[in-house]
Amino acid sequence: MDAALIHTRDLVKVYQVGDNLIRALAGVSVNVERGESVAVMGPSGSGKSTFMNVVGCLDRPTSGAYRLAGQEVSTLSADELAVARNRHIGFVFQSFNLLARTSALENVELPLVYAGVATRERRARALEMLARVGLGERAGHLPQQLSGGQQQRVAIARALVTRPALILADEPTGALDSRTTLEIMALFQDLNRQGMTVIVVTHEPDVARFARRVLRFLDGRVVADEPNAAPQDARRVLAGESAVAA
Amino acid sequence: MSMGALLRVALRALAVNKLRSALTMLGIIIGVAAVIVMIAVGAGAQARVEEQIRSLGANLLLILSGARTQGGVRLGVGSNYTLSEDDAIAINREIHEALAAPALRGGAQVVWGNTNWATQIYGTTPDYLEVRQWGLAAGRIFEPAEMSGAGKVCVVGQTVVRQLFGGTDPLGQVIRIKRVPFTVIGVLETKGQSMMGTDQDDIILVPIATARSRVLGAANLAKQRAVSTIWVKVADGYDTVAVQEQVSVLLRQRHRLQPGAEDDFSLRNLAEFMAAQEASSRVLALLLAAVASVSLVVGGIGIMNIMLVSVTERTREVGLRMALGARTRDILGQFLVEAVTLSLIGGLVGVLLGVGGALAVARLAGWQVLLSGEAVALAVVFAFTIGVFFGYYPARKAARLNPVEALRFE
Repeated sequence: MDAALIHTRDLVKVYQVGDNLIRALAGVSVNVERGESVAVMGPSGSGKSTFMNVVGCLDRPTSGAYRLAGQEVSTLSADELAVARNRHIGFVFQSFNLLARTSALENVELPLVYAGVATRERRARALEMLARVGLGERAGHLPQQLSGGQQQRVAIARALVTRPALILADEPTGALDSRTTLEIMALFQDLNRQGMTVIVVTHEPDVARFARRVLRFLDGRVVADEPNAAPQDARRVLAGESAVAA
Repeated sequence: MSMGALLRVALRALAVNKLRSALTMLGIIIGVAAVIVMIAVGAGAQARVEEQIRSLGANLLLILSGARTQGGVRLGVGSNYTLSEDDAIAINREIHEALAAPALRGGAQVVWGNTNWATQIYGTTPDYLEVRQWGLAAGRIFEPAEMSGAGKVCVVGQTVVRQLFGGTDPLGQVIRIKRVPFTVIGVLETKGQSMMGTDQDDIILVPIATARSRVLGAANLAKQRAVSTIWVKVADGYDTVAVQEQVSVLLRQRHRLQPGAEDDFSLRNLAEFMAAQEASSRVLALLLAAVASVSLVVGGIGIMNIMLVSVTERTREVGLRMALGARTRDILGQFLVEAVTLSLIGGLVGVLLGVGGALAVARLAGWQVLLSGEAVALAVVFAFTIGVFFGYYPARKAARLNPVEALRFE
């Protein structure tokens, strides 16, 4: 097995906005091993979103190297990137991004559709993932019939269904209340404990405290890369809150 | 993505904006319906012309007695009997690819029992049936003895049968034509209307000699062998125009016309005339279909318009699908199938409407229409092509979206 799941060296991303060149990434070299739990933090404009887009194979760097699971992806074509995303990465978005008027089950099946998995297996795997996020009973529900937290669970099931190496969550709790935030973070921690690599992009320190490693971005650079010696256990916090409420 | 899955996604997307989808389809519906109705009407008109050509007999030349000039006054065609039975005999003898039947014609009152009827009397030869490609429904045609001996026998057309005999079998009955008794020996098949709208079945054929001596001859005693018309059939596989030229040369020779002198007969190529009419009706049909297909193209532009709106509205969805692993062709396929679904559903509704419309035209306007499976298939294929053609640009636009920007799109 190769050393790092994510290996970037001198990643640079330059955008042109009007006459101005914006240097969103100014040389980022980061390694993420399998099984890590990383929070990517920084104010808006710090380059964390651009970093996530490149790591998520949604965007190509202007220069620099990026190896994902041992494969150089910075030079892949758009369709090859699509395959890489489908195979290696599960996305979770702030706004859930579920297809409207489409059942939870079908939403979870979607990545498998693009992977070319047969209908029967697709259905079985999607149901299994929904059960894993605690929504096995709601497979037939439409997104508008689910609460925000439930919708985000469906999105997480969708991210997991292809058995990716990496879950990439962009402000996954930005649209949720604090209790639901804890539930979602607990779910991420469970997944991480089972060996899943989880990267959460956030500007909330409350969310970052659950990660075991924190990357801080500023002006397109990583200004701090430190382990979180004592990550909080979301489930325990949740239990504590319940106790207080009681 | 499989075709079934794509279709399901497309139908769901179209169901979101039902009114919009329906209005978009309307363009295709109207286009397809118009194409089908126009083709049906055009084909109907063409079929009518073809039917007339068939009833007239293909490769037919008609020779009419020519104009006579009397004291500087030029009288019209047929004002003089310049043709004779011998001309027909000469044509049959000299030109092997032609079969000529002379005819002497006139109107007469016909009486059977206590009914009577005014009809056309045709004095002719048995060849007339062959020339006109006209069969007998019953009985027989004149025998040589009846031809030479001016036998008082006749063959009647269907209209005469209906008007004169009602339900009685005409064979063997004796009718009076201008008070001369004739025995009915044959009944013609139905021929239908001529191109000019006259009833070709309103006719009685008698041997030409009989017609001349007993029925129509009185006015033309001077010219014993004169006839009013000669029908000429050109044998299959021969050039009608070439035969027409041969006939013309032969007749000029027989009538001793000087080079440069005007023909004293009028030679008409009916098949050619009909073919011209057929061609013009075909052009008309084509023109109608072309105009109708313009509306189909306009419908296609409507589809493109709505698909562009739809792609813009669903930019985020496209971004999400790309993030989940959709490749260019997956997105392209999705929107293309959606456009084609629009145009095909529109096409099928258009077919129903078009068929209904064509039948309504036939019923209400009384026009002959001809619905063909090919026209329907053509319209559907055309609708499909329109969907692909006008759906491609919006679909490509969607497939080329940048996933980062598409996901960020509000």
